Amino acid sequence: MRRVNKDQKVRISLTLNGRKMSAETEPRMLLSDFLRHSLGATGTHVGCEHGVCGCCTVQIDGTAVRSCLTLAMQAEDRAVTTVESLAGPGGTLNKLQQAFRNHHALQCGFCTPGILMSFTDFLARNPKPTEEELRDVLGGHICRCTGYAGIMAALKEAAGLTNTNEPTGAKS
Amino acid sequence: MKPRPFDYVRPDTADEAVALLAEHGDEARVLAGGQSLMAMMNLRLADPGMLIDISRIEGLEGIRDLGEKIEVGAAVTQNKLLAWPDLSKKLPLLAAALPFVGHFQTRNKGTVCGSVAHADPSSEISLSLATLQGEVVLRSKQRGERVLAAKDFQLDMLTTAREADELIVAVRFPVHAGRGVAFREVARRQGDFAMVAVAAFIEDKGHLRLGIGGMAGTPVVQRMAIGGMTDAIETIASGLEGYEDLHASAELRRDILRNLAPLVIAEAQKCAA
Amino acid sequence: MSKRLGTSVARKEDPALLSGHGRYADDLPVPAGTLHAHVIRSPHPHADIVSIDAAEALAKDGVWAVITGDDVRKISDPFLVALKAPIHQWSLAVERVRFVGEPVALVVAENRYLAEDAAELVQIEYTPLEAIIDPVAACKPSAPILHAEANTNEVSVRKFQYGDTKSAFEKADKVVKLTVDFHRLSFTPMECFVAVASYNPANDSYDCMANFQGPFSTHPVMARALRVPGPKMRLRIPPDSGGSFGIKLSVFPYVVLAALASKITGRPVKWVEDRAEHLLAASSGPNRVTEIEAAVTKDGKILGLRMDQLEDYGAFLRAPMPGPLYRMHGAVTGGYDVANIDVINRVVLTNKMPASLIRGFGGPQLYLALERLVQRIAIELGLDHLDVIRRNLVPPEKFPYHAAAGSLYDSGDYPRAVETAIGGGRLDHLKKRRDEARKAGRKYGIGFAVVVEPAMSNMGYLSTLLTPEARDKAGPKNGATSMVTVNLDPLGAVSVTADVTVQGQGHETVLAQIVAEQLGLTPHDIDVTLEMDTAKDQWSIAAGTYSCRFTPGTAVAAHMAAGQIAAKLKGIAAKQLNVLPDDVELVGGKIRSRSNPDNAVSFSRIAGTSHWSPVMLPDGMAPVISETGVWNPPELAPPSGDDRINTSFTYGFVFDMCGIEIDPVTYQVKVDRYVSMHDAGKILNPMIADGQICGAFAQGIAAALYEEFVTNEEGAFLTGTFADYLVPTVSEIPPVELLHMESPSPFTPLGAKGLAEGNCMSVPACIANAIADALGVKDVQLPATPRRIHALMAQHGGVR
Repeated sequence: MRRVNKDQKVRISLTLNGRKMSAETEPRMLLSDFLRHSLGATGTHVGCEHGVCGCCTVQIDGTAVRSCLTLAMQAEDRAVTTVESLAGPGGTLNKLQQAFRNHHALQCGFCTPGILMSFTDFLARNPKPTEEELRDVLGGHICRCTGYAGIMAALKEAAGLTNTNEPTGAKS
Repeated sequence: MKPRPFDYVRPDTADEAVALLAEHGDEARVLAGGQSLMAMMNLRLADPGMLIDISRIEGLEGIRDLGEKIEVGAAVTQNKLLAWPDLSKKLPLLAAALPFVGHFQTRNKGTVCGSVAHADPSSEISLSLATLQGEVVLRSKQRGERVLAAKDFQLDMLTTAREADELIVAVRFPVHAGRGVAFREVARRQGDFAMVAVAAFIEDKGHLRLGIGGMAGTPVVQRMAIGGMTDAIETIASGLEGYEDLHASAELRRDILRNLAPLVIAEAQKCAA
Repeated sequence: MSKRLGTSVARKEDPALLSGHGRYADDLPVPAGTLHAHVIRSPHPHADIVSIDAAEALAKDGVWAVITGDDVRKISDPFLVALKAPIHQWSLAVERVRFVGEPVALVVAENRYLAEDAAELVQIEYTPLEAIIDPVAACKPSAPILHAEANTNEVSVRKFQYGDTKSAFEKADKVVKLTVDFHRLSFTPMECFVAVASYNPANDSYDCMANFQGPFSTHPVMARALRVPGPKMRLRIPPDSGGSFGIKLSVFPYVVLAALASKITGRPVKWVEDRAEHLLAASSGPNRVTEIEAAVTKDGKILGLRMDQLEDYGAFLRAPMPGPLYRMHGAVTGGYDVANIDVINRVVLTNKMPASLIRGFGGPQLYLALERLVQRIAIELGLDHLDVIRRNLVPPEKFPYHAAAGSLYDSGDYPRAVETAIGGGRLDHLKKRRDEARKAGRKYGIGFAVVVEPAMSNMGYLSTLLTPEARDKAGPKNGATSMVTVNLDPLGAVSVTADVTVQGQGHETVLAQIVAEQLGLTPHDIDVTLEMDTAKDQWSIAAGTYSCRFTPGTAVAAHMAAGQIAAKLKGIAAKQLNVLPDDVELVGGKIRSRSNPDNAVSFSRIAGTSHWSPVMLPDGMAPVISETGVWNPPELAPPSGDDRINTSFTYGFVFDMCGIEIDPVTYQVKVDRYVSMHDAGKILNPMIADGQICGAFAQGIAAALYEEFVTNEEGAFLTGTFADYLVPTVSEIPPVELLHMESPSPFTPLGAKGLAEGNCMSVPACIANAIADALGVKDVQLPATPRRIHALMAQHGGVR
C-alpha cells in the first residue's frame, strides 16, 4: 500500500516518452503540472483544469486521458507518453502530424498536442474508423481557432479515409 | 484551480481499501477514474481529507459473467466495458448507452461504478442500471458485503445509500440477450450531460420498461403496457417536476420527453422484432 | 502577382507546434526565485469593501504577500480611458467592488497551490450594495450608480446626423422598426492569460512578459499606471500564443498587477490565469440594445435609417473602450447605399465584468440589428428579402464609395457577389429543402446576411466619441502605422521581425512569402521571428494583431521593407555585374542581369556585402544590413468637423445564406446548409485565408446558438465553467461552403484586405434571419438555444 500524507513530499518515478524520470511531488499535484513544471515537458498544455477542453490529454500506458484530472501519484511507475514523442529522428513529422500540417488543422496550436495524443491512442486501437467515429473522438476536444474543418480533413487523411491531396491542402 | 491538500493512499487490495474506509470514511473519498471528483476538487468544490485510489486493485478490475448477471468491478473503466466482446450480445442496453457517456478520453479513465457512485441525475450508466433492475454490491469492514437494488441505491441527486465506510466493489447488470432495447439522449453538445435521457427495455410482448434520466433526482423507471404508451408517457411527462436549469426549462424537458420517448420505444420494439 | 503570393504555402509554424516545441507564455523559463500569484475575487456584484484581514494567510509558510487595493493605490495610478469621465480602475478594487470576479487582493506565494490555500485564509468583509445588471434599467434615474462621481451609469451619449434623415422619414411610404438585443459572450482562447514581471529598483524599471496581443496603444496605459516612462516598462511577448480573438488585450491590468507585486515583494512574480477566472472575469464582448428603424419606399428602397445603440460595458471602461460602438461607425450603413442616417451612441455601465476587445468588435451587434431590419422591411412590405437586399446594395460603379458616416469603401462588386452566391442552384436547393420540410410540417427557414468587413482600424476612430471641440483640444489622432524590418546577416541569410503578435494566424508564413517574393528566394529561406520586445523591436501604437490589420497593414510594410532591400541589392549587384541597376533582377537565389541571365551572382554574396565590404558599396550607398518598411495609408484621415470618419482602411464583403431547421424532437436549431461568399481582395495564402474564415464561422455559430455569459438579476454569474459556458465541439459546427471573388483594393500595393472577422459578424445575423423565417417571428434572441426556441414556439402556439 502506497501512502503519502498531505504535507509530505515524495519522489516518484515514471517513464516519460521511453525515458525513466523521477521528481518530487506532493499528493495533490496534478499530472499536468508535474509533466510541465517538474519534468519540463511543456508540450502538454493546460486549458481548463476541469476535464472539458482536452488540451492536456496525454497517454498513460497507451491510453489517452486528461492529465488535469489525474494526480501525478496516479502515474507513478507508469509509462506516460506526450506529444514530444511523436516526431521521428530529426523532427520528421509522423503521418498524423503531417496530415495536420497538410490540412491546416492547427492555427495557434494550443489544443493540438491533446488532439494528437487522443488520436494516437484511438487510431492504434481502431485503425479503420468511420468518419463518425473520428468526429466522436474529436468531440472530446475544444479548438477555438479552426472551426474543426481542417482537423477533420487531417484525421480523415491519417485514417486513410481520403487521399493525401485534398483540394484545400497545403503546398510545400 | 488546484485541489486542497489531502492524504493519498493507494491500497493493493479491496480489504485494505475497506479498512481505510472504516477508519477514515467520513473524510475520505474513493478515487477510481476521478473524472467527476478531480474536476470538483480542482474547483475546490470537493474537499476530501484523504483520497483512496482503488484504480490499481487487481480484484476490482474484472468483468465477470455470473450467468444471469454480469458483474463489473469498481476499477473497470467505461471504455473497458464498451470493448468487452460480449457486451452487445449480453448487455445490449449498455452497448447503446455507453457511447453517450462523456467522451472517448473520459471513458478511458472514468469507471462504470464511479458513475453509479457519483449519482448524477443524468448518468447514462445509473439510468441503464435502474432500467435493467440491476444491483450495487457494497462492502464494509464491519458488516461485510450487502447488495442493493439500483432503485434502493440512488436516493436523490448526488445522494446514495452508500454508508461512509462502504466501498462499491461492483455493479451487476442482468443479462438481457435478445431483448428489445434502445437508448437515446438529448444534450446541448455531444458528450454533455443529458437534458433528457430515455432507455426502453421490452419485457415481453405486452410490457416494456421506460427509464428516464435528467428529469428528477434519480432515474425514473416505469413499467407500462404496450398499447397504452401514449397515455403513460403523457402521465409521466406531466407528473415529473422536471429540472429547471440554465440549459433547459422544466417545460422543455417535458416536451423533449414527450417527443423522444415514443421514438426510443419504437426503436426498442424494432430491435425486439 | 507572383507565384509565392496567392498560393497555399505550408505553414512554417507547424512543425514546432505539432511536436510540442511551441513556446507559449507558461512554457518559458522564469528567473530563479520567481513567486506565484493568485487573485482573490469579489463574490459580490456590487459591495463596499469594509476590511481585509490577511494575518492568517501571511502566517502560512511560503506566503510572501497579500496585496490589496490600498497597496496598489499608493504606488500606481488608475488606468487611462478614452472617455473623460471619473471612472477609476486600478489593477485591484479600491474601496468598492463592482462585478463578481473583480480582483480584490493578490496572494503571492512560493507556488500556486500554496497561494490558493492562503487565499482561503484571507478574511474580507463586504457591505453588499444593490446591483444593476440590465443596461436599459441602468439608465433610469432610480438605478444604483456604479461610479458615484460620474453621477450616472450612462456615461456617454453622442448623437450623429448624416444627410437629411428627417426628410427621409417624412417622405417614406412606411417606417419599419425593430429592437435587437445582442448578448454577452467571449471567444475564450484555449490558453488563458499569463503575466510575469520583475521590478528593478536600481533604475525603477519593470521587465514584463505576457501573452498580450495589442493594440500597443495600451502600452502607454500600463506605463502610466506604473508611473514610469514607456521604456521603463519593457514588455516581452512570447513567440507563441494559444489564441486570442481580441481577448488577450485584457491581460494588461494583470501585467500591471504582477509588476506591482514584484515591486512590493522584491521578487519576480508570475500569474497564470485559470479557466474559472477566465470565464468569470477576463473579458466579455459588450451586450448591446439597438433600436433601429428604416424609412422605406413601398418597393423596399431604404431612404433613411435611425439607430439608437445602447452598449453595456460592464463595470469599467477599459482602454480602448468603447471601441465596439465606434469601430464600425463609418460603415454603420453596412453594404447598403443609404445617404441619410441618424445614430445615437450610448455607453452604459452595469455590475458585470468589463467588456473589451473581441473578434468582430462591434460588427456582430451592428449587423444583427441592420440585417434583421432588412428582413423585416421585406416582410412588412410583402417583398422578397433578397429583392430588398438587391435594391439597396452599394452599386459597383460607386467605388471607391463614400459611406454616409465617413467610411471610404475601397473596392467591391456587391451585386455580383450576391448573385454568384445564390447561383449554381444553391438558392434553388435551399428553397426546395424549405418547401419539402414545410410540406412535412417541419419548421425550416432561409436566412441571408450582408456584411461589409472593415480591416485595419484608423487610430482616430475612437475620438469620434468626443465632440469635434473636445477632439480639437485633445490633439489629432488618426492613421495606423505598420512596421516590418528585414535583416541581412553576414552570410546573406534573411530574417524578418514585424509589429504583430502571434496568435495562430500564420503570419510567419505569409511574411516569408511576401519577403521571398521580393528577394527571389523561397519562403523556406526566410526566418521570421515574431516574439515581441517593446524595448528592442519596431512598433507604433497601432502594433499588435487585431482588427484584421495584418493583411492591409503589416503585410504591406513587409512588402515595402523587402522592396527597399531588393532595390539596394540591385544597386550593389549592378556594380559587380557591370550592368545598370534597372537591368538587375532577383530570381531563384541569384541576382543577375535581366538581359544576360548568365551574368549572375549568388544572392547571399551580394546580401553579405554590407557586412564584409561596406567600403566597396556603390558611391553614396549606406550599408544595407536592415531595412524597415513603414506604412501609413493616407486614407485614414481624422474625423471631420461633421463627425465623418473613415474608421478602417480596407472593406471586404461577405454575403451569407443558410437554411436551418428546428429539430422537432430537441428544439435545437440545425443548420442544413450554409454558404458564405467572400471578397477580400487579393488572397495571399488561400489555405490560411480559408482557415481564418472557418474559424470565424465557428465562432459565429457559437454566438448564434451556444455561447452566452449569463448573469442573473441579482448579479450572480452562472456560466463559470466549460460545462455551463458551451463552446461548440466538432459535432456542433456544420460544414460551410466557401466562395471567393477578388476585387483588389486599389489603396494597397498587395490589393489584399482583411477577412478574419466577417463571419463573426454575418453568421449570427444570417441564422437569426433564418430562425425568424422558420418560425414566422419578429424577435429572435441569441443564442437561439433549445430553451429559447421552445419558449418562442410555445408563445406562438406550436411547440409540438
